[in-house]
Amino acid sequence: MNVLIALVATGVLVLLAFWGGQVAGLRVVFGVIVPYAAIVLFLGGFIFRVAKWAQAPVPFRIPTTCGQQRSLPWIRQSKLDNPSTTLGVVGRMALEVLFFRSLFRNTKVEIRPGGNVVYSPNKWLWAAGLAFHYSFLVIFIRHLRFFTEPVPGFVNKVQAVDGFFEIGVPAIFLTSFLLLGSLGFLLLRRLVTPTLRYISLANDYFPLFLLLGIGTTGVLLRHFVKTDIEGIKAVALGILSFHPVTPEGIAPLFTVHFFLVCVLFAVFPFSKLMHMAGVFMSPTRNMANNNRMRRHVNPWNPPLKFRTYEEYEDEFRDKMKAAGIPVEKE
Amino acid sequence: MTEFKPDQVEFYEHDVMAKVDLNPPKTRWQDTPADFRPGSWIYPTKPRHLEYLGMPNPREWSPADDDWQLPENWQEIVHRKFKELLGKYRSFQIFMDTCVRCGACADKCHFFIGGGDPKNMPVLRAELVRSIYRNDFTAAGKILGKLGGGRKLTYDVIKEWFYYFYQCTECRRCSVFCPYGIDTAEITMMAREMLHELGLGVNWVMEPVANCSRTGNHLGIQPHGLKDTLEFFADDVEDVTGIKLDIPINKKGAEVLFVTPSGDFLADPGTFTCMGYMMLFHEIGLDYTWSTYASEGGNFGLFTSPDMMKKLNAKIYAEAKRLKVKYIIGGECGHMWRVAHQYMDTMNGPADFLEVPRSPLTGTVFENARSSKMIHITEFTADLIKNGKLKLDPRMNDHIRVTFHDSCNPARAMGLFEEPRYVIKNVCNNFFEMPENTIREQTFCCGGGAGLGTDENMEMRLRGGLPRGNAVRHVRDKYDVNQLACVCAIDRATLVTVCDYWAPGVEVTGVHELVANAMVMKGQKNRTMNLRLEPLPQAVGRKEAGDA
Repeated sequence: MNVLIALVATGVLVLLAFWGGQVAGLRVVFGVIVPYAAIVLFLGGFIFRVAKWAQAPVPFRIPTTCGQQRSLPWIRQSKLDNPSTTLGVVGRMALEVLFFRSLFRNTKVEIRPGGNVVYSPNKWLWAAGLAFHYSFLVIFIRHLRFFTEPVPGFVNKVQAVDGFFEIGVPAIFLTSFLLLGSLGFLLLRRLVTPTLRYISLANDYFPLFLLLGIGTTGVLLRHFVKTDIEGIKAVALGILSFHPVTPEGIAPLFTVHFFLVCVLFAVFPFSKLMHMAGVFMSPTRNMANNNRMRRHVNPWNPPLKFRTYEEYEDEFRDKMKAAGIPVEKE
Repeated sequence: MTEFKPDQVEFYEHDVMAKVDLNPPKTRWQDTPADFRPGSWIYPTKPRHLEYLGMPNPREWSPADDDWQLPENWQEIVHRKFKELLGKYRSFQIFMDTCVRCGACADKCHFFIGGGDPKNMPVLRAELVRSIYRNDFTAAGKILGKLGGGRKLTYDVIKEWFYYFYQCTECRRCSVFCPYGIDTAEITMMAREMLHELGLGVNWVMEPVANCSRTGNHLGIQPHGLKDTLEFFADDVEDVTGIKLDIPINKKGAEVLFVTPSGDFLADPGTFTCMGYMMLFHEIGLDYTWSTYASEGGNFGLFTSPDMMKKLNAKIYAEAKRLKVKYIIGGECGHMWRVAHQYMDTMNGPADFLEVPRSPLTGTVFENARSSKMIHITEFTADLIKNGKLKLDPRMNDHIRVTFHDSCNPARAMGLFEEPRYVIKNVCNNFFEMPENTIREQTFCCGGGAGLGTDENMEMRLRGGLPRGNAVRHVRDKYDVNQLACVCAIDRATLVTVCDYWAPGVEVTGVHELVANAMVMKGQKNRTMNLRLEPLPQAVGRKEAGDA
């Protein structure tokens, strides 16, 4: 059900853009209004969400420790999985953000007859996740060639590396297939694994369909449906320079591709995709485990009345004296 | 034939319990209400405890009732508290917002592995709260409603919260595997705090809290009672070693205040660990004191609210100040160390009236506790052993083949891995690790943490104990392991049941029980018994060694 909702929603968006791309009167809507709205929603929403998180205090230092603590000098500390310094935290976060350290730990549990619990390594999610995110990054960088004039050297270099197999004309990019393959896997595992299907919401499927739509139309535009690249670049540069243009002769499929990207950016801050920023701000990962070394201050630490020793002794003084336990007041 | 009840282990057939189906049911989780079957929930707080603590809505009620006698404006109360917590904790916001439901946490929870209830997957446990958050506090949720994964706060949701947030032991195993470090313990704490606003709590937590507030410890042991208990332990120690121990209580000017969970005063095998501490301190001549006022390390306030945690924990520093000690040593306890390590200095500090802990025997300065001034007993003992300050005869433990259970909080909220292992390896010749997916940061909870270790919750304890019990059975069968050492009072109370059920033949012990049994004390008689007053099979062979 959830998957159908997401699929239909994506389908409607695709058809809408495909139709709109062929109606001359709507070129302004899809070429100007929608992209600007998406940029505003993305930047505004992103900043709003991060600012809201940042406003909330971190009352306690609660790192999840995944290795040996720093204690006695002759015991070897696990400096990355249980950092006690800022440098260590930077290292831990780098591993987390760049290599998905925690996901790399993933195991799969199986319960054999007789209640025997067996754990086996399960790196598929880690591999597909890494493949998707890095492909997306490379594709994002590649696309900068549409938004820059002259095109910076690193963009060309990334593109050259990505297409180094030099198969086909124009050359096929490795990341195009990695992206679609990993997205396909991420979708398939949600559909096939019973527990995953059970926990998945429509908002888990929707970004997958959206990205699959973007990727597919992108590949089609490069290799199958020829369109006016110069016109597209004019659109992109126009948007960035606040002089939007809406040239003719651009394939309706491009409108679909571009519109889906706009939707992705627009919904980004209001969806689970905000994990991109959230991962940096998670207190269980971005804090040093130095609690007993350096005091962490809670800004709202309330003064509380607790039962004092005097009150305690007042209640139990006779019993304490009878037992020979020293008291403050005889 | 005897009829067994759901609070008895015998009620649960082994074959049935061992057959776990991890596949979810047909009905959507949003449409599947909690099933309050006896054995899977805990009795609610008795009204007198709530009254003593000044907490809302004291009344007689039962989770099995249809009507939970909530205050009329319960939705408004929950909403208000929810909003307050979101404003107070960045963690809560981040954990509500960033989950992508990747499922990495799903099969990491001991309750899910042992029971198969999908709402015990950490991701769904969090969704129970997250769905309300989306509906009430996010723009997308307000627009999309159900389509966006939102849910209205209904009576059934509250019941579900009560059921499933008292089926989380706040062990943080899921948090290790989460790519964003989402910590279900944190979410459970928030949910429990909201539930307390409606007068929904469990007696197994709140009675100890009330006791601790009044008498200084969970069990309600009064000062003279604690003295009797410790004297009783000293008598046993004298029977075993021939040595008479001093028992310093509320002693002003002592160097060290020693605090341990009160479970160690009450029930075997924790009591033997307590004897172990006393023998160790006697042997090294440590100038220490017990306190009757701060006679609890294990802080059940942690399972209630940060305010309650703070109030109970405040006594430790207050007492250290009153008695003018230099620093504090904490005994073997799991969640006590969550509090002592991650919360104490922030809540109750700064402890500027104390000194940086320095071992009087070795001169080692514990730089890792230079602010909080509280060190773990295994840190202290490991340092003693490393510096050769203890005379140990590990052969005294040769009849023991021991494995070590990392307790959740010292593991995942501290990183205390090598200290206890170093100690154990120096006092036992036969040490064997459990499989790597079940130890260290991946360790499994005993199933009774966070206030769930009571008999009326027996089904969930046994289910939650399955992964740990299974790993114990593995080393029992492979290496003939017959003892499980741990550094947690709740472990010592609940793993006995778990081992008896899932890995019969394996006993539970504290690390300092092992230390004390292997320690050669000055002036001791020839030891023929261990602290459990069991005869030692190797006592005969040891005679010459001891005499030599």
